Amino acid sequence: MVSVEAIRPEPNDAMATGAFRTFLRQFRKNRLGMLGAVLVILIAAIAIFAPLMITHDPIRIMVGPRLAAPSLDFLLGTDQLGRDTFSRIIMGGRIPLLVAFASLGSSLAVGLVLGLIAGFGPRWLDNLLLLVFDTIRSFPSIIFALAMIALLGPSLASVILVIAITSMPIYARVVRTQTEALRSSEYVAAERSMGAGTTRILAVHVLPNVLGPLLILVSMDVPAVIAVEAGLSFLGMGVRPPTPDWGAILNDGYSYINQTPWLVIASGIPIVLATLGFTFLGEALRDIFDPKLRKDL
Amino acid sequence: MWLYLLKRLVLAITIIVIAVTLLFLMIRAVPGDPAAVLLGPRATPEMKAQLHEQMGLDKPFVAQIATFFGGLLHGDLGFDVFSQRPVAEIVFEQLPYTIELILVSILWAVVIAVPLGCYSAIRRNSVIDQVTGVLSVATIAIPSFVMAVYALLIFAVTLRWLPAVGAGNGFWDGLTYLILPAFAIGIGWVGYISRLVRASMLEILGENHIRMARSFGISEWRIVARYALPLAILPTVTILGVGIAWLLSSAVFIEVVFARPGIGALIVNAVNTRNYPIVMGVVLVTTFLIVSATTLSDLVNAFLDPRTREKL
Repeated sequence: MVSVEAIRPEPNDAMATGAFRTFLRQFRKNRLGMLGAVLVILIAAIAIFAPLMITHDPIRIMVGPRLAAPSLDFLLGTDQLGRDTFSRIIMGGRIPLLVAFASLGSSLAVGLVLGLIAGFGPRWLDNLLLLVFDTIRSFPSIIFALAMIALLGPSLASVILVIAITSMPIYARVVRTQTEALRSSEYVAAERSMGAGTTRILAVHVLPNVLGPLLILVSMDVPAVIAVEAGLSFLGMGVRPPTPDWGAILNDGYSYINQTPWLVIASGIPIVLATLGFTFLGEALRDIFDPKLRKDL
Repeated sequence: MWLYLLKRLVLAITIIVIAVTLLFLMIRAVPGDPAAVLLGPRATPEMKAQLHEQMGLDKPFVAQIATFFGGLLHGDLGFDVFSQRPVAEIVFEQLPYTIELILVSILWAVVIAVPLGCYSAIRRNSVIDQVTGVLSVATIAIPSFVMAVYALLIFAVTLRWLPAVGAGNGFWDGLTYLILPAFAIGIGWVGYISRLVRASMLEILGENHIRMARSFGISEWRIVARYALPLAILPTVTILGVGIAWLLSSAVFIEVVFARPGIGALIVNAVNTRNYPIVMGVVLVTTFLIVSATTLSDLVNAFLDPRTREKL
């Protein structure tokens, strides 16, 4: 029996590199996207190689005077406990990236499964899941996060869980919309007429089509997650001291804003650069791959 | 239209019922005695016993939810044991401050953004259009609390032009206290709304009835203001409905940074002191606000643009 596979052109290496070259050519033209990519690579590299770059132990107190201005020894000055701000900022980039990776990763997995179920399952289940998605979206995200943290206690795990729950509905909805469209498409009908089961249709035909837009959406959510993590740590609801984290350092700076501007300046700029970098990169990816994406929501 | 109105209202009520049920389950899912959880660590055994009876924890589960909903319908959000006052009273005392902050923030943003968006659409690819394009992406991305702390550092601490913390007394004094907080919340919205207006304006300016108006020799600005803007403003109306969730989130940070009263400051305080009744009260009230706002914006949209009515 001739399968649909035989009619489809075999994807080979030449085609793949061709598509990649086209992408690179388009991406290079997008100046903000390039800037975003450079920033993201820089931030990721700093986070990975942080232990090699720090000049002092970021947790040790009184390595220098309290609240000192920048100097050759302390590049960004010191905080209220005499800790080296430069080392704390360098190490502080690891937490937001970890939170983004963990929360969006789990959110993506759950959203994907629930979206496939909603799009391919029976009608009543679809309606029920949609209602649940809409309900979660109607919770005010930060206020809901604060409530969860009140119940679970302030910790990084709480932050990751809350972000995963609140960002899931959007992914699930996108997957559902796309799955539903593919379900009634002709090539899926053809595949089914040849006896393919639901699992095969989902894995071979639906999943590859759904994954692309989903990954772009996720990449566009990274800056929001970085902001939420920094924000909750700023409120003292995220990482526990003395762990270095941009939001927590901003909070220290805010408390001592009348004595020294350096803590605020040093911790605010990396937050801004990280959110900007990921935003520019995400928007560029969306513009190249799927300009209509946001309209699906 | 009436059918749509009915369907939309039923959906809104269903969402609120599910949301409240989920919150109810969340409190129950916490290990340990829910009465002890709600009352916090400082509760005496008598208080626990009393609350046990009040909450009807000995009754079957369905009866518990029913009592909970019954209380909500009467505006009863629970009782705060610390201040010995009803939660509803405390929340609604703080709510006006937050609403005021949100309204002022979004108002100045709309006043700046709509003309800016129209101008960008008419003079497409002009310097102003390109600059606002880049700036809007940037201002949307920068978190409001970073913006707030920087604004505080520059204008209140270093330059001493504006008051740093508090809400002020009286109208004019209160307004000077609102400038920095409203700036920190609104600046991202200026970029967002101006891009939104620009995009929908460009779409509409290409349509037939606008070309017709042009062929009559009506001036470009009149066409924009009289014929295009009422349609181009629609996406903004929708976004504002959804946006109240974002606005409330930024209000939490802004109220803490500028030490303003409001429900954001209230819930942060309540979380720090483990005052669960207040936390839940704020979540319930804000959820209700958000569902009402999204419903209202959908209805306004359906009223203005009949095409959207078929979607539900």
